[in-house]
Amino acid sequence: MSVLSGTPPVSSDSSIATDPSNDEVIIGLEIHCQLDTSTKLFCGCSTDYRDDGPNTHVCPICLGLPGTLPKVNKKAVEYALKVAKALNCEILEESEFARKNYFYPDLNKGYQITQYDRPLAVRGYLDIEGEDGEKRVRITRVHMEEDPGRLVHKGGTDRPKYTLVDYNRAGIPLIEIVTEPDLRSPKEARRFLNKLRATLEYLGVYDSEKEGSLRVDANISIQPRGWFEREGKGKADRGRAEVKNISSYKGVEKALTFEITRQKNAIRRGQKLESATRHFVETRGVTTASRSKEMEQDYRYFPEPDLRPLRVRSWSDKIVLPELPDARKVRFIREYGFSPTHAATVTGDWRVAEFYDNLPKDLAVSAATATWIADTLLGELNYRDMSISDVPHGHFIELITLIRKDTITDKSGVEVLRSLLDQLKEAGSCEKPSECVKRLNLAKTGGEGLEPVISEVLAEQPQAVSDYASGKSEAFNFLIGQVMKKTRGRVDPTELNRVMRETLDSRGP
Amino acid sequence: MASQVCRFDPEDNYNAFLKTVGKAPYEGTGKLAGIPVAVKDNISTKGITTTCGSKILGGYVPPFDAFVVELLKKEGAAIVGKTNMDEFGMGTTTENSAFGPTLNPCDTGRVPGGSSGGSAAAIAAGMVPMALGTDTGGSIRCPSAFCGIVGLKPTYGRVSRYGLIAYANSLEQIGPMAGNVTDVSTLMGVLCACDSRDSTTYDRPYCHTPDINVRGTRIGVPEEFFGKGVDPKVASVVWDGISLLERLGAEIVTCRMPSMSSALAAYYVTCTSEASSNLARFDGVRYGPTSDTKKQWHESFQDHRRELFGKEVRRRIMLGTFALSSGYYGKYYAKAQAARQNVKADFDRLFRQVDVIAGPTMPTIAFKLGEKSDPLSMYLSDILTVPANLAGVPAISVPCGRVDDMPVGLQIMGRHFEDEKVVDVAYAFEQGVSA
Amino acid sequence: MVSERDVEHIAELADIGITKDELGEFTPQFNEILEYFDLLDSVEGTSPATRDLTNIFRDDTVVPGLSADEALANTPEKEDGFFKAPRVM
Repeated sequence: MSVLSGTPPVSSDSSIATDPSNDEVIIGLEIHCQLDTSTKLFCGCSTDYRDDGPNTHVCPICLGLPGTLPKVNKKAVEYALKVAKALNCEILEESEFARKNYFYPDLNKGYQITQYDRPLAVRGYLDIEGEDGEKRVRITRVHMEEDPGRLVHKGGTDRPKYTLVDYNRAGIPLIEIVTEPDLRSPKEARRFLNKLRATLEYLGVYDSEKEGSLRVDANISIQPRGWFEREGKGKADRGRAEVKNISSYKGVEKALTFEITRQKNAIRRGQKLESATRHFVETRGVTTASRSKEMEQDYRYFPEPDLRPLRVRSWSDKIVLPELPDARKVRFIREYGFSPTHAATVTGDWRVAEFYDNLPKDLAVSAATATWIADTLLGELNYRDMSISDVPHGHFIELITLIRKDTITDKSGVEVLRSLLDQLKEAGSCEKPSECVKRLNLAKTGGEGLEPVISEVLAEQPQAVSDYASGKSEAFNFLIGQVMKKTRGRVDPTELNRVMRETLDSRGP
Repeated sequence: MASQVCRFDPEDNYNAFLKTVGKAPYEGTGKLAGIPVAVKDNISTKGITTTCGSKILGGYVPPFDAFVVELLKKEGAAIVGKTNMDEFGMGTTTENSAFGPTLNPCDTGRVPGGSSGGSAAAIAAGMVPMALGTDTGGSIRCPSAFCGIVGLKPTYGRVSRYGLIAYANSLEQIGPMAGNVTDVSTLMGVLCACDSRDSTTYDRPYCHTPDINVRGTRIGVPEEFFGKGVDPKVASVVWDGISLLERLGAEIVTCRMPSMSSALAAYYVTCTSEASSNLARFDGVRYGPTSDTKKQWHESFQDHRRELFGKEVRRRIMLGTFALSSGYYGKYYAKAQAARQNVKADFDRLFRQVDVIAGPTMPTIAFKLGEKSDPLSMYLSDILTVPANLAGVPAISVPCGRVDDMPVGLQIMGRHFEDEKVVDVAYAFEQGVSA
Repeated sequence: MVSERDVEHIAELADIGITKDELGEFTPQFNEILEYFDLLDSVEGTSPATRDLTNIFRDDTVVPGLSADEALANTPEKEDGFFKAPRVM
């Protein structure tokens, strides 16, 4: 007998129909998120390493020194259970840790402690806004594992000379969430991730703003429509790609879009698509083939003998979940009079929802405030790649109040906001909105201040004046525009309209 | 507390030590105040090189003490040196040490047994009164039997493994070795303490003075312990020993242990599987001889392991890798765990009928140096010691006469957490012999 | 029966170096040992050994670890506080 005959790679059958209009995209995700505990999963080292030098948050255990033993962080298990419960999973009566054996310098022990055939939880779901309305994405499993260390490749990425290793990250608790291949487009994948992120942040177990706190592997293939429902997973007619190394929310959509184009092109050219592991290169927005060696990995899992099984199903009954995104969305519509779209936007990000909930009641119930946050503020933040947590809450309340009190116009408000955000991005701090209004001279001009400007404009635009007199109504709007330009939008449009009309009409024909 | 110095003669005729401390400091007035204690070299000692008898850990100085070493120091023991062993505990002779074999003080043409051969030889040679050994499949009991001393493998989970460099985590325990049962019992009292760092320990302290009375104790004697492969002369001496216990008032019950037939295979599949994973951390990046950073990672890793691990270690890593590999896990690792469960079930059943189980520790007397050159025949000699490790029950070896002028060990196994009971029976036997 | 080729594969999987001479030595030894392991084929059942202790945890409290100097003390191969390892690509 030959002892080591591997499974042959899944190859495509060239006889299957390749009508591209009849194809659909099948996506499944494996998401790794760092759990926001104070200490690592198996030792008492602090997880707060991001501002410190390499190998400053390590101990004999997370360095993998011989003779050391892991011990499970209870908080990490509690956090993982919260996630499992929020994702409607079935918690296993008994679960256990296992060793995943592979040799790489980022592994302190030559194996990673993870969970394998007895994970913490299985069979859950998360509802998202899909391409065709509400969609239920099934969760295959939720399990815990330790993060490996961080590698720095020296001597250029093309031909590295050696590797530097930092074990500060080694042992940070990760939760791995695996979905069924239920997603049908990059956009759906993105929406799923956004919803998942919001859910984890609502639970208080994850901080998406910490660098490197998310890693996603995506399984993607293009199959004839309906095939997947008929055949189920694991019987791919055409090969699928596992795209690894995606480490941002935006990257997921980019990587998947690239991969779909690549696969579609291959199918169109009649090429065989072998199942393959590919790496996402974020800087170039492309996926590249991995060395074949990685595909042949045999991780040789077995139960971790240094740890004892977990029997925590009963704990989950005692967990009281906080208000989650869907519930908050309903409340925002009811309590603050949000439109469903605005409610989805604002509650879709835990920080934004918290920001809103912390506004004074009278400001919060206004539809204008909702619009201001959902559209203006988030748009301006997104444009600058900034987060709501960069915005001082008090400043924002002051700005909204200035608008509400008619001290400045809506338009001036936007100008103030932009200036403040620019300052924050530049210097990390900003002046008060009232100071900004003063500096930019944006205080709303009342009716009395208008007359000189109007006279000035009328004097400069005799043609428009006579056009108005001869009944061309566009001329009126033109003249209003000229005044707005001169006052840089700080006049109240209603008042301006009234005074302009009075002035023109008093001149007579 | 003022530090005192324990004088210790490091004259080592048997290559029992890999490292000695001539004037070992000690502090305090505890149960072991001023007593020189040797520590097997797979147990971490802060500031003292700890190599596991392997070149791959050459020069490695742990930045922490194993929990048991902390306990020894707390009781005033003087750590006088690190003892020789089969590399990573993989052997039954101490010939697999990268630093040369230890010789048996009873006959320097023979092995002391292994893998805690250095500790046993140091005691048998009178260099130290007591020592720490570790027992994965007999590594305390085998050298104790071969060198004519006493060694106890505690109940799994009774002694913390923190600081013990792992070979097969689910099987191994640190345990006491000494010239007599009383000293073993004293040392056991020090080693048994709750350690929050080892998730597999139980808080079961050992506060016991050996009791000589075995009247009414039921001793099970499984046929399989006197089966094929057991030297009839050894069997005969051990039966004489068991008869002595009967004369002292114990009741002898012959019984059967059918799970023994697959116990050795189960043991070797389990220990090599765990070892293949445990020994992956020695990549030369964080400690030990360094890897060659001019090479590519896998090339360097392979070369490092080929050059610095001995043959037996590499053989076991490969066997374990195979046993866990995709397509073979079910045939080997999973079946081994089922067989292990059968061994546990056999012990459970027998311990409903008897209080302890007795038999020979080893099927033969100590081998001649170089005699066991074939790996499988060496493995087969562990047949009588591995059941206790598979089931996690306590087992002691106590000297029981001689064959061809070489010591023979009587093995006594007990229920989980009844280490006290096996010590008592061994004590009764020891005192009965000398009476 | 495993062949020398199989043993070479296992060595590759184990990422452990093996010489030609050793292949010749290890292969018959493995065959002998694996044949002995076949005793397990007759074992009934697949239930793993039971483990009675469960839910062993520690609290999420920070414990001081090693300084970077202490962490790096056991190797000369270091650079700017990092461990130095061979290239992986």
